[in-house]
This record gives sequence, structure tokens and C-alpha cells, in this order.
Amino acid sequence: MTRKKMRQNAATLIFLGWFAGAAFGQALVRIDGSSTVYPITEAVAEEFMSANPGMQVVVGISGTGGGFKKFYRGETDLSNASRPIQVAEMEECKKAGIEYIELPIAFDALTVMVNPANTFVESMTIEDLRTIWSPEAQGKILKWNQVRSEWPDQPLALYGAGTDSGTFDYFTEAVTGKAKSSRGDFTASEDDNVLVQGVSKDKNALGYFGFAYYIENQDKLKAVPIVNHENKPVLPSEASVMDGSYTPLSRPIFIYVNRKSLDRPEVRKFVEFYLKEGPALTREVRYVPLPAGAYKAAMERVAKGQIGTAYGGHSETGLHIDELLKRPLSTEPRK
Amino acid sequence: MLAAAHPRRRRWLDAAFLLLGAALIVLSLGTLAALLLDLLRDGLSRLSLEFLTSFPSRKPDQAGVKSAIVGTCAVMFVTAVTALPLGVASGIYLEEYARKNWRTAIIEINIANLAGVPSIIWGLMALGLLVYALGLKRSILTAGLTLGLLVLPIVIVATREAIRAIPQGIREGAYALGASRWQTVRHHVLPYSMSGILTGAIIAMSRAIGETAPLITIGALTYIAFLPPSPVTPSPPFVSLSWLDSPFTVLPIQMFNWVSRPDPRFHANAAAAGVVLMSITLSMNALAILLRYRSRRVIRW
Repeated sequence: MTRKKMRQNAATLIFLGWFAGAAFGQALVRIDGSSTVYPITEAVAEEFMSANPGMQVVVGISGTGGGFKKFYRGETDLSNASRPIQVAEMEECKKAGIEYIELPIAFDALTVMVNPANTFVESMTIEDLRTIWSPEAQGKILKWNQVRSEWPDQPLALYGAGTDSGTFDYFTEAVTGKAKSSRGDFTASEDDNVLVQGVSKDKNALGYFGFAYYIENQDKLKAVPIVNHENKPVLPSEASVMDGSYTPLSRPIFIYVNRKSLDRPEVRKFVEFYLKEGPALTREVRYVPLPAGAYKAAMERVAKGQIGTAYGGHSETGLHIDELLKRPLSTEPRK
Repeated sequence: MLAAAHPRRRRWLDAAFLLLGAALIVLSLGTLAALLLDLLRDGLSRLSLEFLTSFPSRKPDQAGVKSAIVGTCAVMFVTAVTALPLGVASGIYLEEYARKNWRTAIIEINIANLAGVPSIIWGLMALGLLVYALGLKRSILTAGLTLGLLVLPIVIVATREAIRAIPQGIREGAYALGASRWQTVRHHVLPYSMSGILTGAIIAMSRAIGETAPLITIGALTYIAFLPPSPVTPSPPFVSLSWLDSPFTVLPIQMFNWVSRPDPRFHANAAAAGVVLMSITLSMNALAILLRYRSRRVIRW
């Protein structure tokens, strides 16, 4: 064989090897989506892989919306979502023939925070928060005593979630009644750690961010009890979030499962593992698990292959988990 | 001539400029050193063999950067084998072969402009072209090609600059001895410009290794706890390219994820991953500097 020929043969073999290896990744569960849900899914994936050698799980972070884009293209088996699926996404799924099962898997509670040196704020109502955060407050509500006259004549320093985050969407919806409707003159960051730093160093600060960041930094921050629908001020805690009294600033977060993917044993096994081990792992990564009954109901949804969403394509705030689970599911957007 | 009339003033200006230059160098190196020290201080406690050989985990003290290191190295490999030969060849063509006319002028302007295109745009282009149109999936191959395209203009520009620095006499000497154009390039132009080309390669690869935005766009993962299949197989043909198809993550993405976690112990992990990334970059540069040194040694004009 001439040298040239040998070289050609080697090249062919390498290419053949490539295609032979293309079968790789058969027992692979592909997940993408929200960064809020990510820590829980990561924990479940880690445990799942050590319990089921040979099955592989990969998780990406491209935000709830970005995750759904991959989901309706059929590129992922599961989508992490910090809000329910929206009308446009439902329509895309329908167009692509993707059927999804909506599974609430934990609670995320937004926590309103002040500096520990702040002694005058004992609780806040949603109206107080609206006075502070509504778009009309921009450049006008600049002092604490403009919110409530009994509060001191001190500047008000605001810290909030970055405008691309699900946290921002949820907070603005719960407080002003319209997602993304907020004043713009505040320190915004996608990274909640920046907000923790800000509030912990500024005695006039008021900020909001995810519950987990508060739990990890309790010594540097003071959580504000929020007056709920029963007119009772409630501090965010595992108990108050779980029993639904910390409202409206707590919300369920979801995974969406492609129904067709459930035919693959690794995906079905992973989803069942998620619902079974989820509560303990959720607690471990500092989120609040759903009440036990909710996981059971979700398991039933998987077993029966019930597709659709309980939200009809619109986000809602202050919805109790029991109420959510009782609602009929539909793939048709609600008007 | 004002300057010539005041020799003392001229000397004073000279000294002032020297001082300014030295101060600026100290300032920029000092900033780099401070950043590195800060990273080391935060991350040193986490740096260990275990950190390098563990997969990511929800438990900060068990988490490691194994998949991210392998991902970064694999992607950099693809970037290097695509961007460097292509870039150097384009540079040589434009300098040595192409006629100087309006067509090359347009190409030149375009290359200069491409070097300034924000990396996220490259990511979007790669998503549309490589992932969707060419069906390369969200793989190491896609990532390597994306970064390869991103740094290609840098390599081309550096190559051209290096080639331009070679005295015309060298080429004329080669032609006078009867060398063809290719022989001139192969035996004279390329070896003599090698040190400049390698400098360009260092800059290009250092830029690529820190890129996050385009890789997130094309779908780099955050959690991946297995390695791509090995490029060497026990059975014939002994070489496999299936690793190119594998999903992946890279160090900057792993760092970014850790920085934004609530548990402060993850922040130490992020700093440690930063140290690892810096070490990979520095050792890559060291290799290029070594090659440059050796290529300079053989030049005898």
C-alpha cells in the first residue's frame, strides 16, 4: 500500500469511527430553562445519576423563555420554568405537536428585605409596596416618610431584580398588577448576591429577591413581614409558604415534561425520581417543598399522562397550591 | 526648531516619558496581580486535586470542575485546529498572493470589521447556521467552530502584520535564486514571521477561552456530570471523533453559575475555577512563547 493510500484509509476509518460513535447519548435526559429552578433540578440530576449508573442527565440555564424555545423545538425532554407556560409558547407547542405535562415541584418565595439597622419597619402591605415600586413613583417617592408618614424622613434606597428575570416579572405582577410594570430608578441586578450586598451595607435600603438568598444571609438582612389577604403580617418561612399564608409573594415553580419523552425509560424514571426525592432535595438547596399531597397529585398526572396547563397561558399571583391542583388542565389558551 | 534648541528640556521630556511608561506598566500589571491575588485568596482553600477531578455538585465542598476543564480543552482544540491554519493561510494569501485591487480592499475592510463584531452576534449566527441549518447540534464541534470564527479575523490580521514586517529583500533574494512563490513563502516568509503569528495565536486563543456569551447562545450546558467519549478507542480504528458530538460545558459558564448561587461557599468554588482558567490560559501562553523563542532562534539573516 502506498503511503498516500494508507493515509486515505486512515481518514476514512476516523470518519467511520465518528459515525459509529454517533449512537452515543441514548440514555440521556436533556433539560434546560429557568435559573430559579436550576438548583433543584441539578440536585435531583446528581442523585439520579448516582442511583442509576448508565443514565445521563444534562441541565442548561437559558431562562424560562429560552428553555421553552428549546422545548417546543423538541430539543429537550424537560423544561425548568419559574412561571407557567404562556399563550405564545402554548401555541408554538401545538404547532410543533409537542404535548406537555405541567408539574409544580416547589415554591419560590420572594422576600422583601431591609437593613438590620432599620428598626421602624415592622411590616408592609402590598399597597405600601405598590406606592414604592409603581412606575408613577419614579423620581417622586424618594423618602421613607412618603410611604407612611410615621416612618422617618430618610432617603429610600431601592434594590430589585434585573428586568430579564422571572423574579422581576412575578414581583411586579403581584405588586403593581402588571408584569414588568415597575419604576426604573433602582439598583437592579440579575445576580441576587449583588442585591444582598447592597441591602446589607445600606441602612436606608429596601430590596426584594429569592428566599434562598435570604436564608443564606440571615445575619446581614432583615426580612419584612408582608400583610396577607387575611390582613395578617406574615414572615416568609417554610411553614408560612407551604400553608399558603405567605401570599401573594410566593409562587409555585414547575417542570414541564414532553409527553413523548416519557416513553423513554430514562426520562420516565427521572421524572418519578424527581417527584419522590424532590421534597428532601428541595429543602437541601433552600427552597420550600410543596405539601406532600401535591407530589402525589403530580405523580398521578405523570402516570395518567395528563397533558396541558392549569393556567391557560396566563400567570397568576396568590393562587393556593390546592386550588391549582384541582383545576382542569387544558392545552387551549384561556381568553 | 524648538526641541533642538533646548537639549536639557529634551532630555527632561525623555525622562518624563520613560517614567510615564513605567508607571503605566506597573499600574496595569499591578491591577492584574491584585485580581489574581484576590482570586487566589478566595479560591485557594478549594484548590485541590479533588476539585479538578470532581463533577459539579449541589454540595459546594464536593463540587469540581472536571467536566468544565475537559469541555474547555476540547472546545479550544477544535478552535485552534480550525482558526489557526485557516487564519494563517488567509493572511498569507492576502499578503503574498492576492492582487491589490478593489476586491481585496473589500475583503480587507470586512476582515477588520469582523474583528469588532460583538461575540453575542457570532453566537446568534452560529445558532442559526451551525446548529439549525447545518444540524451540528449543540455540541463541542459547534462551540469550537463558533469560537474559531470569532477569533479568525484576529489571526488573519496578526499574520498579515507579521508578514509585512519581513524585508522585501528576503523575498527578492529567494526569487533571485530561482525559488517559486510557494517556496519563498514556505522557506522564508513563514518561518521568519512565525513569532508574530504565534503572538497573534496567543491573543486569539486567550480571547476564545474566556468567551461565555456565544457558547450560552448555542446551548452550552451548566450541569453535566460525564465526559465526552474518549478520542482513543481500544478497538480499530483506535481513533474516534464522536467526542465532537458531545454536549459540554466550559469553565467560564461553570464560574458564572457558581458566582450567582445563594450559598457563599459556592463563591469560593467560582474563585478556584477562575484560578484554574487563568492557569490554563497562562500555560497556553507559555507554550506559545516557548515556540516563539525557538522559531526566533533559527532565524539567520
